[in-house]
Amino acid sequence: MSDANVLDELPGDLMMWVLIVSELLVFGAGLAAFLAVRAADPSGFAAAQDTLLRTGAGINTIVLVTSGFLAALALRLRDADQRLKARMALLTAASLGVVFLVIKGGEFAHKTTLGITWDTHPFYTFYYLLTGFHAAHVVAGVMILVLVTWRDASRNIEVGAAFWHMVDLVWILLFPVIYLLR
Amino acid sequence: MKYQTQKIALAYFAVAMALFAVQILGGVLAGYIYVMPNTLSELLPFNIVRMLHTNSLIVWLLLGFFGAAYFLIPEEAEREIHSPMLAYLQLIILVVGTLGVVVTYVFNLFEGNWFLGKEGREFLEQPKWVKVGIVVAALMFLYNVSMTVLKGKKTAITNILLLGLWGLALLFLFAFYNPDNLALDKQYWWYVVHLWVEGVWELIMASILAYLMLKLTGVDREIVEKWLYVIVAAALFSGILGTGHHYYWIGGPSYWQWIGSIFSSLEIVPFFAMMAFAFVMVWKGRRDHPNKAALLWSLGCATLAFFGAGVWGFLHTLHGVNYYSHGTQITAAHGHLAFYGAYVCLNLAIFTYAMPILRNRDPYNQVLNMASFWLMSSGMVFMTFTLTFAGTVQTHMQRVVGDYYMDVQDSIAIFYWMRLGAGVVVLLGVLLFLYAILVPRREIISHDASVAAE
Repeated sequence: MSDANVLDELPGDLMMWVLIVSELLVFGAGLAAFLAVRAADPSGFAAAQDTLLRTGAGINTIVLVTSGFLAALALRLRDADQRLKARMALLTAASLGVVFLVIKGGEFAHKTTLGITWDTHPFYTFYYLLTGFHAAHVVAGVMILVLVTWRDASRNIEVGAAFWHMVDLVWILLFPVIYLLR
Repeated sequence: MKYQTQKIALAYFAVAMALFAVQILGGVLAGYIYVMPNTLSELLPFNIVRMLHTNSLIVWLLLGFFGAAYFLIPEEAEREIHSPMLAYLQLIILVVGTLGVVVTYVFNLFEGNWFLGKEGREFLEQPKWVKVGIVVAALMFLYNVSMTVLKGKKTAITNILLLGLWGLALLFLFAFYNPDNLALDKQYWWYVVHLWVEGVWELIMASILAYLMLKLTGVDREIVEKWLYVIVAAALFSGILGTGHHYYWIGGPSYWQWIGSIFSSLEIVPFFAMMAFAFVMVWKGRRDHPNKAALLWSLGCATLAFFGAGVWGFLHTLHGVNYYSHGTQITAAHGHLAFYGAYVCLNLAIFTYAMPILRNRDPYNQVLNMASFWLMSSGMVFMTFTLTFAGTVQTHMQRVVGDYYMDVQDSIAIFYWMRLGAGVVVLLGVLLFLYAILVPRREIISHDASVAAE
């Protein structure tokens, strides 16, 4: 099969790319639905958006992008046979994932103290669904990074980093649309 | 037939085909009651006929899956089935259970008895003793095929098939949990119903289809396996949270409307992948297998499953649409073509492939069988169209205009007459299929009659 060759050139594992494409479809559809519902109630969405902690989310963006960089760096280090450094980079990347979750948890706790739940307003339904699903993927990503720190074959790191970049990418799409878009 | 125990499949397929005939007769009767509502209203009420129609479908499809497993696992694992005796005992339990359901319902025996009486939970109507029997039979089956695979060669096809069959059996356990709260009842009920047909059954379907493609087209196993894994990943990714599309109006939290809409929209992906898989394999394949009928059923299965499950499912899966179309004839249209395309055609494909081998009539290309495909499929597609039109009109009159349910039913009677006609065509197709499978001893129609088997 000729297209099998194209698939073979993908870095990492084909199944990871199937997962990545599926995830992007889901989050893409979620964002599209968010924008469609928002179009029906722009002022309500803007008012709800003002209760979000934008600074924390901004810091989280830096945290996650830095973490993604470290995961990519780890693959390079591993390919240069610097296994210890590669493992350190992966563990730091995973730790930054935990930092992201702590900040995110603070954000959710802040909503709770304000008495806001997922059905306070449609905005929050999407906010909790999209950032909640994303946070669940950060949890999975941290576990994968720890796993490939332990089983540190170059190909494993490549597959793990691909997943982690997807988590990164999704956040970079969620952050401006949910937190910043006026 | 390479392995003697593959013969077990013959008994399973025979019972399955008998129930298939019962199912279609029940369907034609139900279709007749739709237009002549007083038919048998005392003797055999519509709700019982409908129960027989749906349950005999489920049971014969399951028997077909079990038979398919007994047929293909020895070949894949390269060894005999662990215990043929257990396999036949399993079949006996299932047949006794099925007869028990029919007798209990038709004569309304043991009404109100928690163990022996009818339960009346759609699709899970079996009295509890039958449910226990099903679990026992499933355990025997899983033990039997798992032992065979564990001792033999493990292939992607048997791995996925076993994953699907184990999931099928474990999810059935939710049939025993029936909370008083109606919302919770429905929530767990869908764990069986949805996670079967839009979850684990898709794994079974993909693996049997992969086996057929492997045999019929001669494409490398490595390529077939790659497709199989992608299809299975897409099916589970979309299907599990896709359960949410049943939770829109049952009293659950409203976030299911978005989770269900988004994930179930993606349920079309594995069906598209299966269709692409089947056709790509045929184009790439070098083998000219004499059993053209099995190939026709396989391609028909993948195509009609894409339209019936994929397209017709997507048609009313978004909650904004389903708010209007819920429970109308749109659902019936989808249900008929989805089950026919995905699971009926799949079973008929494996029957068509396996029966000549099981009965030492290989090779023959089964022209009558192919004719039955076109008859049955065109009947079913026409039925889907009439029900879709009926459902569209019904949705508008009942949900948009606000007319009364029975007034609307009267005004769409013409569609029900056409559906009955389509049902009769399907019945003729079924009879032709059964004749083609069971009766002719040899039938090769080929430009080159010397075409030999593989």
